[in-house]
This record gives sequence, structure tokens and C-alpha cells, in this order.
Amino acid sequence: MRINGRSLGIAAYLVMLFLPIYWLLNMSFKTNGEIVSSLSFWPHRPTLANYGHIFHDPAWYLGFVHSLSYVLLNTVISVTIALPAAYAFSRFRFLGDKHLFFWLLSNLMAPPAVYAMPFFNFYYSIGLFDTVWAVALAHCLFNVPLAVWILEGFISGVPREIDETAALDGYSFPRFFVKIFLPLIGNGIGVAAFFCFMFSWVEQLLATTLTTVNAKPIAAVMSRVYSAAGMDWGLLAAAGVLTMIPGAIVIWFVRNHIAKGFALGRV
Amino acid sequence: MDKPLNNRAWLFVLPVLVFVLFSSLLPVMTVVNYSVQDTMGQNNFFWNGIAWFQNLLDPSTDIGGRFANALVRNLLFSFVVLALELPLGIAVAICIPRHGWKVGASLVAIALPLLIPWNVVGTIWQIFARADIGLLGAALNGLGIPYNDTQDPTSAWATIVVMDVWHWTGMVALLAYAGLKSIPDAFYQAARIDGAGRWSIFRNIELPKMQKVLVIAVLLRFMESFMIYTEPSVVTGGGPGESTSFLSLDLVKIALGQVDLGNAAAMSLVYNLITLTICYAFFTVMTQLDRRKDV
Repeated sequence: MRINGRSLGIAAYLVMLFLPIYWLLNMSFKTNGEIVSSLSFWPHRPTLANYGHIFHDPAWYLGFVHSLSYVLLNTVISVTIALPAAYAFSRFRFLGDKHLFFWLLSNLMAPPAVYAMPFFNFYYSIGLFDTVWAVALAHCLFNVPLAVWILEGFISGVPREIDETAALDGYSFPRFFVKIFLPLIGNGIGVAAFFCFMFSWVEQLLATTLTTVNAKPIAAVMSRVYSAAGMDWGLLAAAGVLTMIPGAIVIWFVRNHIAKGFALGRV
Repeated sequence: MDKPLNNRAWLFVLPVLVFVLFSSLLPVMTVVNYSVQDTMGQNNFFWNGIAWFQNLLDPSTDIGGRFANALVRNLLFSFVVLALELPLGIAVAICIPRHGWKVGASLVAIALPLLIPWNVVGTIWQIFARADIGLLGAALNGLGIPYNDTQDPTSAWATIVVMDVWHWTGMVALLAYAGLKSIPDAFYQAARIDGAGRWSIFRNIELPKMQKVLVIAVLLRFMESFMIYTEPSVVTGGGPGESTSFLSLDLVKIALGQVDLGNAAAMSLVYNLITLTICYAFFTVMTQLDRRKDV
């Protein structure tokens, strides 16, 4: 009886979750004529024209390329520099460590809207404006602290005796870190990379502010359909559907660690 | 708790420090700079003292009233979404299957909205909620409920709140699920022997075990809802009128729309300070809970 109630509950939630997504999917296979003229639960004259347009127009598919490039750049940078810092926070006390940690986290809490204007000026003046690097670096603002926070949680789960034993066995620190320690926190690294990917992929305010032409993310490309000659709903829906795919793929990879990851390794 | 003192650890932290300073302190200094100066155009800036801040914090001025309204609106929004998402997230977490392939499938499905770019979340709901071509809008109107999210402030608010619940309940659910998973089966067996009902299992076993992750959930949800920008800007653009102009929407309008640097900078700093203060309180609670568990 209880099992039934629970399955029913999760089923109801998932239906609510997928209703808007289903509607988007439904629209992406319709022509604009059909979308505007009638409300229907499935496309009566299904078409792939919307998807075709995205894959053939460089302005559209390059949007995906730009977005994915700054996301990947940012993920690699964030996790790489966060690793030693997380190790230090987890293993040692040092002058000002607690304050430093909160200061790092405070950047996670800063509203991107506050940074939009100064970032624009700043990246313009150093000549990185409108490159994927500008966005990748700007996203470090919140992704580096996030990666440190998550990794610190996972590293604290590894007993310190392991570090000491390795030192007694004659491992130099770099060799120990790469050969023994990194494999031990593999899950944590995966989860941290997942979160960096996620927050860089979903953030749009900074990404669209820092680019104009050459590094335009897919979000900015999508906003084009609002201006020209009415709304191109079908195209917008198709682009929306495509942006869900990279996310779905990365979740699939971390599905077994995702719950612990969202608890930032602290369960 | 008996971590060795080692100041060479600073070397490990150095790269992070450089990166975050580079991308946070420098821009913030620009904002501070603008917040105490005024301009006559042509890059001529002069010292303006604390006048921008005085204006901003005085609700009887134009900008002050606008800021106060946006602040109240945003606090109300954060409160409403937290009040909806926490119980719903916990309920969903309890309903997640415990064995078999369904576990992975449910987790992936629940996490999916979190990985959708925020402007696309806005787009999904913009399409879904429209009265003419959207399922939700058309269905509500069909049932005789007057609904139009671009004309009517109540509809606009409802749409934004439901969208946020749709978008973020998954995160609360995943956190709560992580807490539930850490409860050993023995606890449930003991409860069954004691004849505990469903509610008392929840009240006495599950809720205390979830406490820590729920604090994280509240912190993350508060932060994110307090700086919400992209989704409402796509769906309502802050309208109709000013009814869904939350703090970030208003700030971007002032900073990038009207290029009113002084007001925008002062607003940025005060906004940032409010966020920081509230988060510091949460953070203190969190570390306290951490410590209690360690002892």
C-alpha cells in the first residue's frame, strides 16, 4: 500500500516535470503556420525543418560550439586550480583559512547582475571581449569557489592516514597526489566537474553580456528570433530541445553520485 | 579538528586566490569607484561622496522607492518559492524508489531541469504559458480561469513562481534524497518494532537526518532566487508594469539599459551586502551543525 502511494507520488511529479518539455518538443516538430493556427497535442504535419535550419545555418550551430567551448574551458580551469586549494583547506590549518574560505564562498553568492557592467568594461579593456576566454574566465568567479567547496567535502572523506602512509613509503608529494590521491577522490572530481559544467552551461547573463559576434553563445542566438518579422516559435522550440541534450548526457554519467554531489560531499 | 598548522598551505591556495581576485575584486573596485562619483559625460568623473547611497536608501526618492519595492518583491518571491519547494522537494525525495533501474532513471529525470540553460527554461515556460499557443494558458482559459501572463500581474507572478518550482524543486529533492540515503536500514527496523507510524518515522528519524542537507538547500535556493534574472526576463521582462521586476532585473535595467552608473553601482553594492549578510548567517548555522556532528 505504501509502495503504491510512493510510486504514484513520483509518477505525478514526473508528469508535471515533463509536461512543459513535451509541449516544447511538440512545437519543435511543427511549422509556424500550424503553431499559430491551432492547438494540437501532436504535430499533424511533422517536420524536421526547424532542426534542419539549425544544423545548416552557421550562426545557429556555432552558437552551440561557442557555448560548449567556454563551458569546457571553464570546467578544466576551475577543477584544476581548485584541487590543490581544496586539499589545503581540508588538511591544514593556516593563517586566515576560515576567512578565506568564506570570502571564496561569498563570490558564489554574489549576483551576476552586479558583475555584468564591470565585467563588460574590464574584459573590453584587456582585449578579451567577445572571446570564449572572457566567458570562461568570468564564470570562474562562481565555479572556482564551488569546485573548492565540493572537493573539500570529498577530500575530507579520505582519511589523513593515507597521506602519512604514502609519505612513509617514500612517495614524494607530487607523485603521491597524482598517483594515489587523485584516483581516491575520482568521484569528487567527477561531481565537481559536473557542477562546473552545469553552472557554466546554464548561466546566461554574463555569457551574453561579454559577447557580441564572434563568441555568441546559443542563448544570444536564440534571442534573435524575437526581433525579425514576428516570432519563429518552431525554430525557438527546436533550439531549446537541442540545449537540453548536453545536460542530459552529463547527468547520465554522474547519476550514481549526483545525490551526494548535490549535498556537496557532506552526507 | 586536529588539523596541523602549516602556513605553506597558502601556496596551494594561491592559484585560486589569483583567479578569484582577478575576477571578483577588480570588477568590484570598478563598482565602488562608480558609486562615489558622478559624470557629466565624456568620461569626466568627479567626486560625489555618498550621495548615491543616500538617494538609494531613502524610499521617498525615485530610485529609493524603486529599490525598496524591488527588494520587498524579491524577498516575497524568495519566501514563496522556499515555502513551496522545501516541502515538495522532501515529499519527492521520500517517493524516489530505493531499488533497481528506477532509481537512476528517476534521479536523471528529476535533475534534468537543472541542466537546462536558464533562458531556455524561460522560453519553455513562455511557450507553455501563452494563452494562444501554450498548453497551460489555453487550458486555464478553457476552464474559465482568466489567465494572461503578459497582461495580468497575478498571472505573471503565478507563472514565475510555478516556473521556479518546476525548475528547482529537483535540487531540493536530490539533497533531501542524499540525506535519506545516509539513514541505515536498522533505524527503520527499530522503528517498525516500536510500532512507529509513517509520520513519526518522518518526524523522528528522517527529518533530523536531513537537517544538514536541508540547510544547504535553503542556502542555495535563497541565493539563487534572490538573484533570479534570466528566467523572468524571458517570460515577463519584469512586467507587466513593474510587477515582476526583481532586484537583478531592475539593476540590469539601470546599469545596462539606462547606463545610470552611479545609481547602478550604489545599488549593486547594497544588493551585494544584503545577500552576503543573509548568507553569512546561513553559513554560520551550517558550520555550527558540522561541528555538532563532529563532536
